[in-house]
Order: sequence, then structure tokens, then C-alpha cells
Amino acid sequence: MAEFHKPKALTDAPLHYCPGCTHGIIHRLVAEAIDELGIQGRSICVASVGCSVMAYDYFDVDCVQAAHGRAPAVATGVKRSDPSKIVFTYQGDGDLASIGTAEIVHSAARRENITVIFVNNAIYGMTGGQMAPTTLPGMVTQTSPYGRDVNTVGYPMKMCEMLSKVDGAAYLERVAVNNVANVRKAKKAILHAFTNQVEGKGFSLVEVISSCPTNWGKSPEKALEFIQTDMIPYYPLGVYKDIYAEGGKN
Amino acid sequence: MATTRMLFAGFGGQGILFAGKFMAYKGLIEEKQVSWLPSYGPEMRGGTANCNVIISDDPIGSPIVNKPDVLVAMNLPSLEKFEDSVVPGGKIFVDSTLIDKKVERTDVEVFYVPATKTANDMNIGTLANMIMTGKLIKEIPGFEMDSVDKVLGKIISARHQDMFEANKKALETGYSM
Amino acid sequence: MSEKVLMKGNEAIAEAAIKAGCRFYFGYPITPQTEVAAYMSKRMPKIGGTFLQAESEIAAINMVIGVSSTGKRVMTSSSSPGVSLKSEGISYLAGCDLPALVVNVQRGGPGLGGIQPSQSDYFQATKGGSHGDYHNIVLAPSSVSEMALLTAKGFNLADKYRMVCMILADGTMGQMMEPVAIDDIVIEEVEKPWALTGTDCKRPRNIVNSLYLKPEELERKNFERFAKYKTVEENEVLYESYMMEDADICIVSFGITARVSKNAIVAARAKGIKVGMIRPITLWPFPKKPILEAADKVKAFISVEMNMGQMIQDVELAERCKKPVYLCNRTGGMIPSPEEVLASIEKVNGGEQ
Repeated sequence: MAEFHKPKALTDAPLHYCPGCTHGIIHRLVAEAIDELGIQGRSICVASVGCSVMAYDYFDVDCVQAAHGRAPAVATGVKRSDPSKIVFTYQGDGDLASIGTAEIVHSAARRENITVIFVNNAIYGMTGGQMAPTTLPGMVTQTSPYGRDVNTVGYPMKMCEMLSKVDGAAYLERVAVNNVANVRKAKKAILHAFTNQVEGKGFSLVEVISSCPTNWGKSPEKALEFIQTDMIPYYPLGVYKDIYAEGGKN
Repeated sequence: MATTRMLFAGFGGQGILFAGKFMAYKGLIEEKQVSWLPSYGPEMRGGTANCNVIISDDPIGSPIVNKPDVLVAMNLPSLEKFEDSVVPGGKIFVDSTLIDKKVERTDVEVFYVPATKTANDMNIGTLANMIMTGKLIKEIPGFEMDSVDKVLGKIISARHQDMFEANKKALETGYSM
Repeated sequence: MSEKVLMKGNEAIAEAAIKAGCRFYFGYPITPQTEVAAYMSKRMPKIGGTFLQAESEIAAINMVIGVSSTGKRVMTSSSSPGVSLKSEGISYLAGCDLPALVVNVQRGGPGLGGIQPSQSDYFQATKGGSHGDYHNIVLAPSSVSEMALLTAKGFNLADKYRMVCMILADGTMGQMMEPVAIDDIVIEEVEKPWALTGTDCKRPRNIVNSLYLKPEELERKNFERFAKYKTVEENEVLYESYMMEDADICIVSFGITARVSKNAIVAARAKGIKVGMIRPITLWPFPKKPILEAADKVKAFISVEMNMGQMIQDVELAERCKKPVYLCNRTGGMIPSPEEVLASIEKVNGGEQ
């Protein structure tokens, strides 16, 4: 039986995330990928703004904390400064799909050789549960108290679909962490996204459908069910682009 | 010559900025103090263009030429706009091919130079600016043709050496007019 | 000394930056500073450097943050509206104690304003300009040579103090050509043990961060930063004193208006009016001491600026209201003429205003 131990690329700091939040799982998957590729000593994390703002406390690598939405631009600077470093951003949906839309689209267009971990839980967690660019139609949040009305506030942003039309993007996959099978797939995708960077293959993004029991007003278990019943149907899982895969485009 | 403040003005594309740059480099090579300040903005894209050039024996304060000693006008709007700003006793050089109008001021010295026609006749149609500049060098005390080769060598890139002779010819033509 | 060549101020900034060891430039086109970007786009690829035209000013300054956090020299340049967009990133640079060189070739404002030269970003530059308690070192060149020299110095100061150093120029300074020889540039190397270079699994990780959720920590951080600013104020003030020995009237002016003022001073002296000038070269730290000392000797100050009167407030603070301070200004892209400044001098000399 395999021994369970903490990845080296995680610090000993206790995570501040709410009970049942899946950020912890995703942190672990990222750290495992770093360990497995043996890149801890040359990895640099770009933390964003949102629940994962303090990612720099948890990843045991050099870290820079970016302004809201700007992580891909900061990562561009870090990577261009020394292309031998492994540079990744860890961004939420408000950060990446709202205030930082321009930065993510243009980093992809430039095929920046970076890895983006995009955590989509359809809500602004850190500020207490406001509507996100990825909040589902009809979903109630603090700033959409009658449910998201697409006629007045528009439709959710499907980032993998959108970025798949950007010629520069090399690898885009959407995964979820609501059950063991999906967590395994998520691990594979994250490892692939880091491997791409190590091999100089260019812009790789993994969108992770995540839960927010606290702000969804659900128990952790019900929140995971909601991923399956509501989130995944709107945000279908799968590889949206992999230019190096067999039959891959572009 | 303590300080000569010059204003070159005309249409974008007439080589106004280049003529100014030529004079500035001429001053630099002759170990004078110089400054060159172009107009910039939308007028660079097809409208009017002008540049201020100061050549001086002393350090230059403001690089802005509000009251030129020398005005080179290569189109009518420029002459109309700047005629009154020339200092009394100053010199105005008019491209008489493009400007029918005579200078109204009587307290300045005026030189009418058919620069554009001459350039066209010589098949160097784009170099009316340098014909005007040649005339200017002739008429301003203290300016000589001696350094022309060196100046052209500085401002014409090696790729365009054919332009060297044409520019020199234009300057000499202007100087002889 | 190498041979002098004619260069635009914007080009002189770019070349001096390269000579000062800057190999990373991020920018976005805006008049009247675009020559900086154009120059960099030509030169950087040939010397193994990086030129990147970002998708926005915001992205550009964040790319600057990225490179600076790895310990390398980096710059961006823009003009007024673009600098407003960069302001967020400038605050983060300050909050992370990251060095960087930011160039503002000013144009008239507010809003989209105009494209003609202006000094109306004085407040923005010298008072921080974005949110939070912080300062930038602000250098105000008054010639093409100074555009080059102060750019090189700016990189050294930025590294030495881990601060943003801003070159506050204007459209005239950027567009004009003067003879310049860009040599004798000294790169003052400093150790950057804080830089993100990868831990190599041999040292504790470095964190570049401006977030302090505990107010006690943030307060302490700000106290530390302001202790550093005090050192800068004590050691880095630069100014030019022009004809001040016997002056009855002191002009305070920087950049292009200082040059216009020199013409006016020469003209005024020809009329027997004893006028001189203190030209701040560092706008922050502001040359408070020489201005206070001048207050005991002159009968009045004239602040000559291309805005509605911004630096005049710092002049009044510096001389502690000992003598009256008058404003001679144009704004919106208009440049005062030497005659206008002379008229102001004559008025003040005659006791009017």
C-alpha cells in the first residue's frame, strides 16, 4: 500500500480555505506535478487575487503576488526574464475571466510558455459570494439575489471554449475535482500542462471546476453534487485544444 | 553670428524636418550649440509640418523658436501663419513655385526661390527642400558650404548613398541661385 | 568621450537605458513617447534583450513587475493617459519594494487631453500617483543630455533604494534633438538577495508581495519604507542653481520651462533686474533646503510651470511662506514664451501681482 505524504512543493502552513473547499486538492495536485517533474528549485509561482491570494504561503517555491487579473502579465515578465524557470499562475474566475480577461487572452495569443491553473467555482469567494463572470444562469449570489439574469448581466464566460479560438494557445483542458475519477484526470491534465512548459511547448491552461460550499450555501457533499449536476453540464469537461496531440490543431 | 533661430515650414512630405536636421547637423559639425524641435502630432500625417532649429555660439535656452531670424516657407499656409513672427531685419525664404503671394512685410529681407520648379526640372522633385537650404546657406552670414559633404554623410544612411549626390546637387543649385 | 550625435530625447532615453544594462522593455504606443518603444524594438533583439509591445499599459507595467521581481533591470515608458493606466502597477512596485524605471513624456490633460507638451502630471508623479503611502523618485531632465544621464542614474537609484524611479519629461523634451554623447555610464551593481531566481532547493523561498492582512505588519512595513524615503531625501536631492548669487527674484522651474526661463532671466538681467533660478532636477525628493535658504535672500519666487500651478505648492511649503510665490503658467499643451516669463518677472519686480 502506497504511503501518503505531503508533496515537497507544499509548505507546512495550514491552508486557510473553508471546510470542503477544493482549493486544497488543487494545490496538492499542482505540488505533486512539481515534485514529479523535479522542478521545485526552478519554479516560480505567480499568485493572484481572490481566495488563492495567499498561494505564496503554501507553495514552497519562489513567489510573486500579482494585482487582480494581472498574473499572466507578471508571469510573462518572469518567464521572459529567465526562460529556464518554470512559471505558473494560479487564478480564480473573477481574476482570470473578468478583470484579467485581456491579460489571459493576450498571453495565450503570444504563446507564452507558462502554465495557468484556472480555478472556476462560479463565484467570488474571498469577498463573500458575489456574482462571477462564470456564475451560472439563474444562480443566486450576493450581487445576483434574484438569480443571474442573462438579459441584464449577460452570459457566463466559457474560457476554454473562447481560448480554443486563439491561435497561440497550445493546450487547454477543463477538468473537475468532484470525485476520485475526476481528480485523477485533473492530476493528469495539470502534470501535462507543466510538462508542456518544461518541454517549451507554450501556453497551457487547465480550468478546474471547483466548489465553494460556503458561498454556494451548500454542504461540502451537496456542493460536489452541484458540480456534477449543474456545473459540468454548462462547462463540459475535456481537452479543448492540444496542438501536439495526434490530430491536434494549429 | 551669436544665435540664429530658424523656422522651416511646409507640407508633410516636403522634407521640412530633414532640411532642419541638415542645418542642425551642420551646426554640430561646425562645433556650434544646436537644437532641433519638430512639430508633432496629426499634422505629421499629411498636413503641415514645421521644425525649429537654433544654431548658436552659446548654450541654448529654450529650443522653441517663437520669433525666427530665418523663416523658410514652402507652402502658403506656412507663410501666412509665420510671416508676422519673423524678427524685424530677419530673412524669409519663399518657395515661389508653390506660393504666389508676396511677403507683405517691408522690414525683412525676402528671397523668392523657385525651388520646386527647379527641382522638377532637374528630376530631383523631392529635393526642393535642399535647394531652399542651399539658398539659405548662401544668404546667411556665417554659413558656408564647406561642411556639406560631412553633414550629408552623417544624415544619409549608407543604404541610400545615391541620395548623397542628389542632395549635394540640390544644395549647390540653391547656393548658386 | 565619443563623438556627439543628434538624438531625440526619447531616443536618448532608450539608448541610455540599454547602456545602463536594461535588457527588458515593455510598452504600448502613445504620442509623444513612441520613439522610445520604436528604438527599443530595433535594438533589443540585436543585443539579446526583450522588447514586447503589451496589450495595454496595464499589462506592460505588470510585465515590468515580473522582470523586476527576478532582479533584472527593466523599464516602461508612456505619456500621461498611459501613465494613469500604469499607476496601479506602480503602487504594487512600491508595495513590493521593486526597482523599475518608468518614463512619462507628458502631454496635456485631463482625460485624453491633447498631445502637446505639458507638466500637468506633477502631482501624480511627485505625490505617488496611485493608492497607498509611497513615493517614487522623480527626475526631471531639461536637455537631451539629461534625458540620457538621468535615465542611467535612475536605474542606479531604483536599484539602490528598491524604488520606482520616474523620468518626468514632456513632449518637447521627447521630440527635440540635441547633440549628445551617451558614454561614461556607470552601472552601480547591487546585490538582490530578494530576487526570484528559483530556490534551487538550496535556500528558503523568496516572496515578492505587497499584501499584509495584519495592520500592525503593514504599518511597520510603511514605517520602514518611509525611513528609507527619508534617507533618499537626505542624500539624493539634485538641483541646478542659476544666477542665484545676487538674485532678488528666484524662479523655480524644471524641464522645458526652466529653459524658457533661462532666456527670460538673461533678458531681465539685461534690463537690470536681478533674477535667478533654482531648477529642481529631482522633483521628489524636492530641493526644499536651497529654496528655504533662498527665501532669506530674495524678495519673491516665481514658479514657472506648464500646468495650473502644481509645483508652486511645494515651493510654498519649502520656503515656509517667508516670501510671496507667484505663478507664471500656461497649460493644455501651450508653452510659455520667454517674453511671458519676462513680463511676469517685471511685474513681480515692480511689486505688482
